[in-house]
This record gives sequence, C-alpha cells and structure tokens, in this order.
Amino acid sequence: MAATAQPQQSTGTRVLRYREALNEALREEMLRDENVMLMGEDIGVFNGAFKVTAGLLEEFGEKRVRDTPISENTIVGMGVGAAMTGLRPVVELMTINFSLLAFDQIVNHAAHIRYMFGGQVSVPLVVRMPQGAGHQLGPTHSHCFEALFLHVPGLLVAVPSTPADAKGLLKAAIRDDNPVIFIEHEYLYGQRGEVPEDDDHLVNFGEAVIRREGSDVTIVGISRMASTAQKAANILSEEHGIEAEVIDPRTLRPLDLDTILASVRKTNRCVIVEEGWPHGGVGANIAALVQEQAFDDLDAPVGRVTGADVPMPYAKNLEQIAFPHEPQVVDAVLATFRDL
Amino acid sequence: MAEHPLPERNVAREWLQTMMLIRRFEERAGEMYAKAKVGGFLHLAIGEEATIVGSARAMRDDDYLISTYRSHGHALVRGTDPNGVMAELFGRVDGVSKGRGGSMHMFDLEKRFMGGYGIVGGNLPIAAGFGLASDYLGTEDATLCTFGDGASNQGTFGETMNLAALWKLPVVFMVTNNQFGMGTALERHSAVTDLQVKGEGFGVPGMECDGMDVLDTFHVTQEALRIAREERRPVLVEAITYRFRGHSMADPEEYRTKEQVEEWRKRDPILQWGERLEAEGIVSADEREQFDQDAVAQVDDAVAFADESEMPAPESLYDDVYVLGGQVHGWYSVDERSAGVHKGEDERELAEQHSGSNSDGKSSETGAVPQQMTAAVEAGEDT
Repeated sequence: MAATAQPQQSTGTRVLRYREALNEALREEMLRDENVMLMGEDIGVFNGAFKVTAGLLEEFGEKRVRDTPISENTIVGMGVGAAMTGLRPVVELMTINFSLLAFDQIVNHAAHIRYMFGGQVSVPLVVRMPQGAGHQLGPTHSHCFEALFLHVPGLLVAVPSTPADAKGLLKAAIRDDNPVIFIEHEYLYGQRGEVPEDDDHLVNFGEAVIRREGSDVTIVGISRMASTAQKAANILSEEHGIEAEVIDPRTLRPLDLDTILASVRKTNRCVIVEEGWPHGGVGANIAALVQEQAFDDLDAPVGRVTGADVPMPYAKNLEQIAFPHEPQVVDAVLATFRDL
Repeated sequence: MAEHPLPERNVAREWLQTMMLIRRFEERAGEMYAKAKVGGFLHLAIGEEATIVGSARAMRDDDYLISTYRSHGHALVRGTDPNGVMAELFGRVDGVSKGRGGSMHMFDLEKRFMGGYGIVGGNLPIAAGFGLASDYLGTEDATLCTFGDGASNQGTFGETMNLAALWKLPVVFMVTNNQFGMGTALERHSAVTDLQVKGEGFGVPGMECDGMDVLDTFHVTQEALRIAREERRPVLVEAITYRFRGHSMADPEEYRTKEQVEEWRKRDPILQWGERLEAEGIVSADEREQFDQDAVAQVDDAVAFADESEMPAPESLYDDVYVLGGQVHGWYSVDERSAGVHKGEDERELAEQHSGSNSDGKSSETGAVPQQMTAAVEAGEDT
C-alpha cells in the first residue's frame, strides 16, 4: 500500500516551499469547485499568519475568502453548518493550541453528526492548523496535538511533512466528504521540496510512504519528525552501520498500519518518533498496534521518542531539549539493539 | 401584545391538532421512559407547544430549523413521522437517526429539520453556518435556530450573534425562555433577564413574543423571518414560555413551587387556543375532543411501531462513521479487522505453529532526551 519515496516524475516537478504548496492546493481547489471557501482569522487582508493564504483574497474576493473575528469555536461550528448545507469550507485556525477552543464543535459536531443522525448528512469540512515547537512561542502556541484528534472516530487526520504531501493531501482533504483535521507544521512552512506539476496531484489518505529503505530497524516519524527520522537514519548508517527504514504515515486516521507491519516483519525492530507528549501519544498507539499484530516478529520492545512531558517552555535551551532531535532518535534505535 | 388576525380556519385547526399531537406524544414518551422503553435522558416540551408550533408554522418548507436536546416537538411540527421519532426514542433501527442519536439527536434532512443537539449553545454556530450557505449559494432560505435561556450565557451565543450580524446572515435566533436553565432560575443565571436585548450589543435586534400564545408566536416569528430573508440580517426573538414538566425525567423540581407551576398551567397553550377557536366557532367542543383522540391514536400507533421495530444490527456499529468514497484509499478504523482478529488470535495461532515465545519484557519508552534526562533525574539534579 505504501507509495514510493519520490514524487512521480512523469508530469514534471517544481521546487516549492511547503506553504506555497498549500497555497497552490487551496487555489486549485477553489478554481475547480466554486463551493470551496475559506474562513479564518487574518487569512485575507493580512494574507494569513503564516502566509499560507497569501493572494487568495485578491484573487477570489471576500465572498470566498473570509476574515473572521477571533471566535474559534463558532468559526468551526459555522463551517460544520455550511458543510451540512452544500459548501466545502476550509477553516484555518492560527495554531493548533487555539483548536482547543473549538474542540466542542470538532468532536461533538464535525466528527459525530454523520453517525448520530444515522448517515443522513455528511460534513465535508477541512480544519487546517499548524503545530510545533522551535520558535520560542511558549506553552500556548507550540504544542503538537495530533494525538488528541487521532483519538476521535469520525475525523480524518493528516500530518504532511513535505511540500508534495502537503499539497496532495490538502487537495484530497477538500474533495473528501469527511471532516478532516489537517495538521501543518510551523517549522516546515519554509522548507522546500519537489512538487508534481499536476492539478490533480492527490495523495490518498491511509497511504504511508517509505522515505528511506532499510533492513535493520523501522523508524516511524510523524509530521516534522519524519524528516528528523531521516537525518537520524543517515547518522545510524554512517556511524553505526545500521540501515533504518523510515516510514512517514502521512495520515494518522486512517493509518496505513500494513506498511508499518510489513516493514517491522522485515526489520524486527521499531521506533516511533513524534513531537507530542508521551502519554496517550501517537507512538503509544502505534506501539500497541505493532505489538498486537507483530509481537513474534519483534526482536526488541517497540521504542518511542517523544516530546518531553512538560508544557512547552519559552527559554531557547529548554525548548530545544523538550522536543526530539536526531541524537535522541539514534539513541532510541541503538537501545533496541542492546541486551540481546 | 398586538391583536393579530386569526389565520384561516384550516390553518387554525391544524395548529391545534399539531400542539395536541406534541402534547400527547410527550406524555406517552414520559410513560415509555417510566417503563424503561426509552433510555438515557428525556427532555419533554410539555407547556412549550405554542412556541414550537407558532414559530415553525411561520417557516417556509425550504427553511432550516435547528433545535436543542428538547427536540421531539420540533421534528413533529416539521412533519417528521411520529413513528420515526418514537422509534428513535426506543433506540430502534426505524428511528429517524437509526437509533444512533436518541431523544437529544433527532434529525430529518428531508424536512429540513437539521437536528437536535445535546450541547447547550452548540447549535448556534451551526445555524449561522446554514445561514452562510444560504447566503453563499444565493437561495431565499432562512434558518430558525431555537435554544434555551441557559444557552444565552454560552460563549457561542455572543460569538454567533456577532458573526451573524457582521456577515448579515438570514437567521432568526429564538431563545425559548422557559424560565429555567435546567434547575437554575433565569434571575439566578442571567444578569440581564430581558433576554431579547442580549443580542443588541452585537448588532442583533430583539423581539419578544408570548410563547404561550401560538398566534402571537406565529406573527412575531413571521416578521422576524421576513427581516432575515428580505433585509438579510439576523433577529433575536425571545419566546416567553414555561415547561410544565421537569428539565428531564430525572428532575425532582425542588427549585420551583407547585403554585408557580399551577399559575402557568392556567395559561396552557393548547387549552387557550382550543377555547379561543371554539369561541370563534372554528372548532366545536366535540371536534376538540376528536382532535385529542386522533392525537392519542397517532401516538398509540407510534408506540406500536417503535415496539415492533428491530434493534439496530450489531454489525451496523461501524456504519456511517466515515464516508467511504473513491477519493479515499485505505481503511478507516484503527484496525478494520478488529471484529475478528483485533486480539491477535489468528496471529498467535500462526506463531505457535512456527516459533517459541519472546520473554523479554523490558520497557522501552523513550522520552525526548531519554538517557541524559533520566540520569539527571536519578541523580537528583535540577533540570
């Protein structure tokens, strides 16, 4: 089920920043479907807090690109209502911490409406938001909450880590009839990568990608940690002769567990790397699934590398040790080779 | 209160019949709850029938109605089959929400009854979303959003009033002031008790109607919907009413006196409207009796229907959580094989055939800076 590591070359590619790829996805889907519209705080005149929506107000006008008041729960709730009655709204929340203000509408309504009303109506809503530490924004602007949304049946959860995936997944999310929590990463916005030149470049939900092939250990990296895992894999190869296979699940709901399991059955070791908190985290979930489904293929307990179990501190030195970097991933992988 | 002209004879009679249907339906729902045919919470609208019928009858068929967890009457007034509403209360497959929602989550898309919602104030943003879609798509549809006096204290109330006014959305917000937010009296939960003014600071003008008078409720809501539809702006209507029963079935009603309830019962909306129509020669005493018997018969049928309806099939548990479509590849649950092999039985069997067991059980949780930090903590250092 896993996709190949490189984007398809057949239609050609261009190098774009992650934020530019997202912008293209929004623009193309707005051109394709006139019922796609955007709502969010400062997405229009201000061009977006992270400039993802730059230029879209000018191109599409105030009807389709709407600056909202600072009312997260109500913006998302309006998106739910509009999605139930014919629109395909894309709501931007300025950071994932602010999504907590909208948790009622996301969980009680966006996720549940289709089920609790017996399938009579669906909610084709996308809620976009960035997460992640590294900019010294302290405890209310820096967290990674994919685990909170992963917990909720009824939602799809995307965590793209490259410009190509950001574009392809956002386009797929907008076309999907389910509510999608689309989690971007502040660090990744400025990162460059090749993006297919194809208006219909879609990345399917539930399809992991193998970023690096290897036979000794499987490293699953979530969101930005997919790239951290790749850098760690290079260190492991150069300094320890360990060839790691790096998997980026790209979506957590649905989760392409088959690709992870196939890799673990080959490597017999697994380490999951995420930026969020350890307890009840994405890694805890995947570790549980891996040991349930591939217990006898494991030569070592599943390892996890997570953010520190603290609110995100402001001080630069503290912030930097509160989320994973390559050395911690290397250590965790080496730990799976000990005492055997 | 302004004197309103009576509606046409058939219309006036239908209002009476629908109020009677809601009353009898709610009474029987309460009985079925006592018999444990209905589970969960059950919030009855007995006493609020004029508010429900008067406001909903001011709507067009294509208008959207969105309600709260006290929503059986709203489904019935929109024309949803009482059988489906009762079957939903019974948790049966023929319920309007296929037994997934229960009392608090009725829904009928075909009738544009856009749902009962269990979160106080949670339906207001969604109503504004309907208004946004109507506006965006250029339709004439308006939305009527009902909620209780308690909901007027939620953050969503202020946020939604502001957005609806700012974006000029065709939504009528109706605060059904039944005097209590659950067991807390209006003057104990809201600093401003004249609820119709609570939207003014956000740019939403207020109106008031006598929620015990179906005719007054109709005319005020009709005007409010006209403003929303034609002038493209929201209105807040306060309907002053009273619920004769407790907040839910599990309510000993220690927060109010029997005398107060009796005072309000004298203004029973069905009694008032029936007497008025009889005095005007629009119905006879016999017809009032007949209407009531018809309502009872309809509710009897609904109970029989619900009783005979099947429980939802266990294999339907995972239905309608996601929309499965061509755009989305892959599977949707954490493990779609969960029903069969979630516990790994098959794999265990296979493993037993092939190899021995792994007895190494050491923990491998690794924090961000595992070795260093653990060492520091163990050494008692201040990190």
